[in-house]
Amino acid sequence: MDFSWVASYADLLVRGAAITFLLLSISVSVGFALAILLAVAQVGAFFPLRWLSRGYCTFFRGTPLLIQLWLFYYGLGSYLPFIPGLRASFLWPILREGFFFAALALTLNFAAYQGEILRGAMASVPKGELEAARAFGMSPGKILRRIWLPRAIRIALPTFAGEVVLQLKATPIVFSVTVMDLYGAAYKIRQDTLLVYEPLILVTVFYVGLTFAITQVFQKLEKSVPSRR
Amino acid sequence: MKYRTIALTLTILCFAADAHADIRFGIANEAYPPYTTKDASGKEIGWEIDLMDAVCQQLHEQCTTVDIAWDGLIPALESKKIDVIWSSMSITDERKKRIDFTDKYYSAAASMIGAKDGVAGVTDEQMKGKTIGIAVSTTQSAYFQKHFADIATEKSYATVDESLQDLASGRIDYAFADTGPLKEFLKTDLGKGCCEFKGTVAADDEILGAGVGGGIRKGDEELKQKLNGAIKAIRANGKYAEFNKKYFDYDPY
Repeated sequence: MDFSWVASYADLLVRGAAITFLLLSISVSVGFALAILLAVAQVGAFFPLRWLSRGYCTFFRGTPLLIQLWLFYYGLGSYLPFIPGLRASFLWPILREGFFFAALALTLNFAAYQGEILRGAMASVPKGELEAARAFGMSPGKILRRIWLPRAIRIALPTFAGEVVLQLKATPIVFSVTVMDLYGAAYKIRQDTLLVYEPLILVTVFYVGLTFAITQVFQKLEKSVPSRR
Repeated sequence: MKYRTIALTLTILCFAADAHADIRFGIANEAYPPYTTKDASGKEIGWEIDLMDAVCQQLHEQCTTVDIAWDGLIPALESKKIDVIWSSMSITDERKKRIDFTDKYYSAAASMIGAKDGVAGVTDEQMKGKTIGIAVSTTQSAYFQKHFADIATEKSYATVDESLQDLASGRIDYAFADTGPLKEFLKTDLGKGCCEFKGTVAADDEILGAGVGGGIRKGDEELKQKLNGAIKAIRANGKYAEFNKKYFDYDPY
């Protein structure tokens, strides 16, 4: 075991870890917000929205994340330069980077899975509670905000923790579109130093550590949300 | 009886495998035209394959190729899955700590290609503020760190192929790689449409001087001497020039 390279690559590793964490945070937070819209659309009565949302979830859950990422980056991304004026605009520095497409693909994918889970959770909220809310004279919007969604999120919370961990482990594929995440940093170190295992061991420790932190946060969260078992 | 038959068969198989002590040439399984690439039927073809055939003919040896991921080549060599790395691997000091090299069989000249509407040339002045796509851990990457790190941005790719893809879609200003594959790319429709040759960077013998050679296990002197002899022989008897004509209009040695 030779870890003498750590000092000279510390900068690269820290930046890589930050990118991994940033991608995870963006995709989980934005993805969750989207998932709520998707779930509500699916349990709602307006059928065009219901079908649209169902189609979206089927498409994103039915294709490999890697292919989605490449469709965005190499497909969509390679047509962007042909839009007149875009290359000269202030948006180009963002749109030319793999990071944008990585965040986009991870977010849309996460939203599709969470949307499905949340839909299931909303369906399993006891009918009696919703009827009670209606008996109190709450409007449908108020029922959704006060009873239906909070109860559904509480039901989905343990699953949600697992999904965030899975999302973390999906992030290394972003290196295939030139994003220097933690795995990308490890790859570069492996190539530079010709060490096979040591860089991988180091990033393994990081991923396990982050997973541990995520599960801790969710355990705290679960305990803090009152529930009747 | 049945077990004895099986045991006997296994023994014979072992000996049979031993009798054909081919030299196993490890080749990265990414396409790296014109040096190594696969034709439609999956057969390895290219400049380095022709070179390998010429070398093996010279040695009167049977040679086989083994497909291995680029980053697995050195481990595979060390664990004796292959005998030689034959995959455009530049001779560098860092690699020499782990493996030996034959004499060089071609020189790595580093060049840049870029978009047609960009500026021409590869001087420091022209590189200023540009984004340059480079495959991870290549001699070009080392060259960039030494000469351009202060004025331009490096974007790392797993393979040269991917950097060319991004150059074509306008995400990077230059692709910086070995001259051979870049010129090959410029012959394709995609390359012709988007890009042009910008120039070869100034020589730096410390980084680019050593050239490309076959990677040999440390201590495998016998094979090293044999291959060195064969490379020298095919340089002298015109075989090298003969197959080189098929690919380049210059001598890459």
